[in-house]
Amino acid sequence: MKSFLIITRRSPYGTSYGKEALDAVLMASAFVPVSLLFLDDGVFQIKQHQDADCIEIKDYSPTFAVLEQYDVKNIYVSASSLQHRGLTEKDLVLDVEVISDARIANLLDTNAVVLSF
Amino acid sequence: MIFSLAVYGSPYTYQSSDSAYQFARELLNQGHEIYRIFFYHDGVYNANRLTIPPQDEINISSRWSSFAGENNIELVVCVASALRRGVLDDSESRRYEKDTHNIEQNFTLSGLGQLIDAGIVSDRLVTFGS
Amino acid sequence: MILHTVNKSPYADQTLLSCLRAASEKDTLLLIEDGVYGALKGGEYSALVESAAPRILVLAPDLEARGLLDKLSTTIATVDYAGFVELTVTHDKVVSWF
Repeated sequence: MKSFLIITRRSPYGTSYGKEALDAVLMASAFVPVSLLFLDDGVFQIKQHQDADCIEIKDYSPTFAVLEQYDVKNIYVSASSLQHRGLTEKDLVLDVEVISDARIANLLDTNAVVLSF
Repeated sequence: MIFSLAVYGSPYTYQSSDSAYQFARELLNQGHEIYRIFFYHDGVYNANRLTIPPQDEINISSRWSSFAGENNIELVVCVASALRRGVLDDSESRRYEKDTHNIEQNFTLSGLGQLIDAGIVSDRLVTFGS
Repeated sequence: MILHTVNKSPYADQTLLSCLRAASEKDTLLLIEDGVYGALKGGEYSALVESAAPRILVLAPDLEARGLLDKLSTTIATVDYAGFVELTVTHDKVVSWF
């Protein structure tokens, strides 16, 4: 069975890529082993204390909390992306594995299909 | 080899659909098979048959349509992305009681599962993002 | 072995830098669309691109379209669409950065 890595690289709300990446993760999880990587501005997707109601956009961040129920168990965040943006693990809504650039290169290598958003 | 493409960019705004088209044409030149071209995000606008570019510009949706028709290639548009952006086929138009539909010939609306399936079935999935 | 594509100008956007952080020595990076601006001779990013770990290539039609054939860094090679397709065959997968 081919494994998929889905990379989410865009911030929430500014574009719909984040939400559409999440939709792809949920869909992929029904068919294949899937890992999710928050990279670059994608790390802002899981920043705590989001409240999109105040800009009248549907807040999709609660969906991240149920990813485990969809069998998306491998959820990673780039250490360098967090560090460049002044964030730490404590700022995040999800319990994720913070990984190095070398580990990211390894994830790209070991997953058969890489989808980026 | 079996290829699928994913296109995320809106035509006339981003180069991604032009790049995808050039790439797809070259795939066939080299004897590869295209299993599916999947349009997601703003890429769904590639399927809007009501676009009217000036006469000296290329009509991107009809270019896709003839390419697919001549070479028997599946053009699949993500239905959720498309409905949000007002790209409808006849049956969705009726279902939501709209006065028209606008999907170009040879494109079909289907679920995001078709992108995942393209990744599973194809030897290579190449994304043209925006 | 991965073929990475980057379609954003490094003068506007961090995509090239992100790709380089994740790409390995055995990979190839193909600059397409506005990505070709990263390979200009004497540009702010030429040293970075010339010394990058993966092999760097530029999609010639995108370079030519932008009037930059005479500005390409001398150490960087180009491919056409036929070469782009061949690269996708000779690498295990394609990772697109946009």
